[in-house]
Amino acid sequence: MPPSDNSIVAERLAREFRKGPRAVDGIDLHVAPGEIYGFLGPNGAGKSTTVLMLTTLLPPTSGTARVAGFDIVKQGPQVRSVIGAALQEAALDPLLTGRDHLRLQSLLQGIPKADRRARTEELLARVGLTQAADRKVRGYSGGMKRRLDLALALVHRPRLLFLDEPTIGLDPQSRSALWEEVARLAREDGVTVFLTTQYLEEADVLADRVGIIDHGRIVAEGTPAELKAGIGRPSVHVLPADEGDRPRIAASLARFGELLEGGRDVAVRLRDGLGLADVVRAFDADGLAVDDIELRAPTLDDVFLAKTGRTLEGAAEADDQSAAVDGGSR
Amino acid sequence: MFATQVGAVAQRSLRRTLRQPANVIPPLVFPVALMAVNAAGLQASTLLPGFPTDSFLAFALAVPFIQGALFSTLNAGTDLARDIQTGFLNRLSLTPLRGSALLAGHLTGVVVLGVAQAVFYISVGLIAGAGFAAGPAGIPVLLAFAALVSLGFGALGSYFALRSGSGETVQGLFPVFFVFLFISSMNAPRDLMAVDWFRTLATLNPVSYLLECVRSLIITGWDPRALTLGLGVAVAIAAVALALASRELPRRMTRT
Repeated sequence: MPPSDNSIVAERLAREFRKGPRAVDGIDLHVAPGEIYGFLGPNGAGKSTTVLMLTTLLPPTSGTARVAGFDIVKQGPQVRSVIGAALQEAALDPLLTGRDHLRLQSLLQGIPKADRRARTEELLARVGLTQAADRKVRGYSGGMKRRLDLALALVHRPRLLFLDEPTIGLDPQSRSALWEEVARLAREDGVTVFLTTQYLEEADVLADRVGIIDHGRIVAEGTPAELKAGIGRPSVHVLPADEGDRPRIAASLARFGELLEGGRDVAVRLRDGLGLADVVRAFDADGLAVDDIELRAPTLDDVFLAKTGRTLEGAAEADDQSAAVDGGSR
Repeated sequence: MFATQVGAVAQRSLRRTLRQPANVIPPLVFPVALMAVNAAGLQASTLLPGFPTDSFLAFALAVPFIQGALFSTLNAGTDLARDIQTGFLNRLSLTPLRGSALLAGHLTGVVVLGVAQAVFYISVGLIAGAGFAAGPAGIPVLLAFAALVSLGFGALGSYFALRSGSGETVQGLFPVFFVFLFISSMNAPRDLMAVDWFRTLATLNPVSYLLECVRSLIITGWDPRALTLGLGVAVAIAAVALALASRELPRRMTRT
């Protein structure tokens, strides 16, 4: 593969920690040049470990990966020269200003002196931090820190960009501003973007293709549309008016398809040819009262549920609880 | 490129320190305040037969240099540990920055501050009336020695930061370093110490030779033995600390 290729290719990539789980369990990846690849999964699924390996900060236990045609183990410096990365937490120095950060980054990235100032101003403008450039980072909001983090990753004009949960904790406005910028980088500059997220909407809106990872393994991969089409049929979600009716509602719904577990409501994946009206008529006939009834097109959460038997939210909670139990037992 | 990297990291190190008054003022004020208290309270010590000077201020002026260097240890260590804890070191690892340039830049910042502190201490001492027996030529030697001691102690702080990855652990070591200062010839010449075990410990303690090197320039003039011992100990501390820090750095700055 020529080194000018901005792709990411991984084969049976794995990382095992001493006394720990197999955080990444032999994954295969193929991210095309200029593509935005969403790596979706709950906390602890192996997303960040994968990013650390692909950005050369963590050697894999086994398997291989090439980033822009360079081997991540044997050609680390070459990989780093063509990638930009904003890792899970915006690692910024609270005592430096935004401009200080960009100056330091451009010096370390070897940007020629003549270009440094212009590049700094260009990036500050691009992420909307020109006004705040000379303020210390400790006074920045979460969104401003993330935007600065992105600007720092772009200083040396990388061909590939790794963003590890870039919008976590951001307000909707900051989130959508960051999405726009990431989309622009891919569409206008041809940058390949590898983006990890636990937000379904983010993967759905932003990613050309999505890989769903759970317990270190990729359980589904494709475009959001393909993945949802793979689930195929819509589902009906019902909130009972009386909690005591839940078993009767479940029994009634079971006639229309496969019951879905794990949610807070009672839900069924409809068989082909059935619709919301059929369910409403049945409830009417059975004398069942509901507070809410909703027909939902398949979402990526449904894909996650279909592939893992859990909802993304439920998986995150379960992993948090098991981490707490593990922590307590140590 | 190496020089640019060192300069960039040193600049950041200095900028960080200067923006934290709590890291600048105490290393200047506390050693000088302690020196003033000791100079006033222990002046009678100079009446002991064999005491090398009739001014305890001149005798005590060496102490701030070592105390200042101890503060440098603390600051150098906690700053580096914070970079590890916050992931800033990962950010640096993704750039072409060489590990040796990171350490050199970080320590350059520490040394510049150490020298600035030394200029402050000697100025205060001279203004307060202490003489400087080595004359004007001794000043650059004193500053070079202060730079060397800051380098060694800064490298030691960096080693502990890289080893532990925790600013709290580095701060926890500060009292231990201070014990070395107190069990030394800080307040009395070693040959006048009447308690045998204390004199033995002070003789074994490398800090005594650092103090006596500075003291010789202030009180005696050019004392080859004190200068050689002091410089030798300072070089040894710097060499060992740099070797230890360099060995630990790749463990924290992991990249393929």
